[in-house]
Amino acid sequence: MPSRRLERLRRVINLCRAVEEGVDPFSVDVGSLLSTLREIFPELKNPEELCLDVEAVDGVSSIVKRQGDWVKSRSTTLYRDPFLLIDKLRRLGREALAEMFLEVWRPVVELEQITPHSLEVALRYWGGLAPLSERWRREEAEAAAEAGEFRVLTEDFEEELEALWAELRERAADKPIDYWDFVVAETYEKTIRRAYITSFLITYGYAKLEVYPLEERMQLRALRKPRPRVEGGCMMSIPIPISFEEWRRRVAEGKP
Amino acid sequence: MPRVSRRGVYVRKARRAAHLLFFKRHRKPGASASELKRALGPDYRKALEILDRQLRELDLRVREVEEPSVEGGKKSRFYITLRGTLTPTEAKYCGWRIDDLAGLAASILFITARGGKAPRKEVEALLEEKLPGWRVKAGLMRYIRAGYLGEDEQGNLYLDWRTWAEVDQKALVDLLMKHEE
Repeated sequence: MPSRRLERLRRVINLCRAVEEGVDPFSVDVGSLLSTLREIFPELKNPEELCLDVEAVDGVSSIVKRQGDWVKSRSTTLYRDPFLLIDKLRRLGREALAEMFLEVWRPVVELEQITPHSLEVALRYWGGLAPLSERWRREEAEAAAEAGEFRVLTEDFEEELEALWAELRERAADKPIDYWDFVVAETYEKTIRRAYITSFLITYGYAKLEVYPLEERMQLRALRKPRPRVEGGCMMSIPIPISFEEWRRRVAEGKP
Repeated sequence: MPRVSRRGVYVRKARRAAHLLFFKRHRKPGASASELKRALGPDYRKALEILDRQLRELDLRVREVEEPSVEGGKKSRFYITLRGTLTPTEAKYCGWRIDDLAGLAASILFITARGGKAPRKEVEALLEEKLPGWRVKAGLMRYIRAGYLGEDEQGNLYLDWRTWAEVDQKALVDLLMKHEE
């Protein structure tokens, strides 16, 4: 009866699949499965039956492999009952654990050294490096220029902050304003200054920055009263690079 | 043609092997068996034996480590490691505090107990039982950067090349099991 033969083959295949899905491989009697297959085999005639037979033999061999893997893993010198091991680990003090580790730890000795490539890069850098006296002169001039241009923490700072807050309240009275619309000014320096003070408005709770990363859009919302920072609340820093090219592009686009 | 003694050849090869093993040329220190074979010839193991004998005086040794390879099998890699042990004070001078060492030992043992792989969250939870959270995070980052542990895309931690090279895992497990409280 072909249908009965097919059913027996399918049963063997299903059992093998169950083992593949996590059933204990030793809960299956491989010997009886093989004798079933041996018994059916002479009666198999059509290709469908033969294919099922191949699948069943493959399944049985995978059970044998799983049994082998299980024995191999349990017989390795490293195998210990995981629960016992973790329990012992939990009960052990830091010092004892560190001392234990030092007994079995053999650190690798390695030396870092310069390579011909890094030597070449270093030589190029050295060649292009200006003398120290010249560099100091340049740095001093740059620092003076920065202090003059940006007046980072001057007495006017608070006034500037108030003025920009008032402007934001006016321009974003009804609805939030685009960050770039607000920040970009007629010169690059003014733009940087406005962005700098805006960052303080946001940090001190005078304004709220809403970021929409998917739309690559940022909006500023003016707050009527400064909102104090919530104790334990999460603060997030958002770096906004403003390069000269970025400013030029925004101005050309009509912002402001 | 001047005759070069057999011993002289091996001494030269041992010196070359020392260069290859001491100086870091790739991301990992040491050299693979195939690299050494290419540089020293098929009898490279003999040269390594001579080097190992010479290093004994300095409490160092040439160590062969069988590491799991990407293809599934195992590959030999050779390192120069300490022969003896470090004292807790020496380890501290090398930048390893007791907390760092205990955290590393606990992570290795936990991952070993879990069959070689364990979710990072579970390792963190275990370490946080005895160490402050920020130290656990910094410690795990350090172990991963140094190559003691690796992290896969599913967020599981596994033992990486440096653990295989430096830590006698079987001895560590045995010490833990034998430890009397």
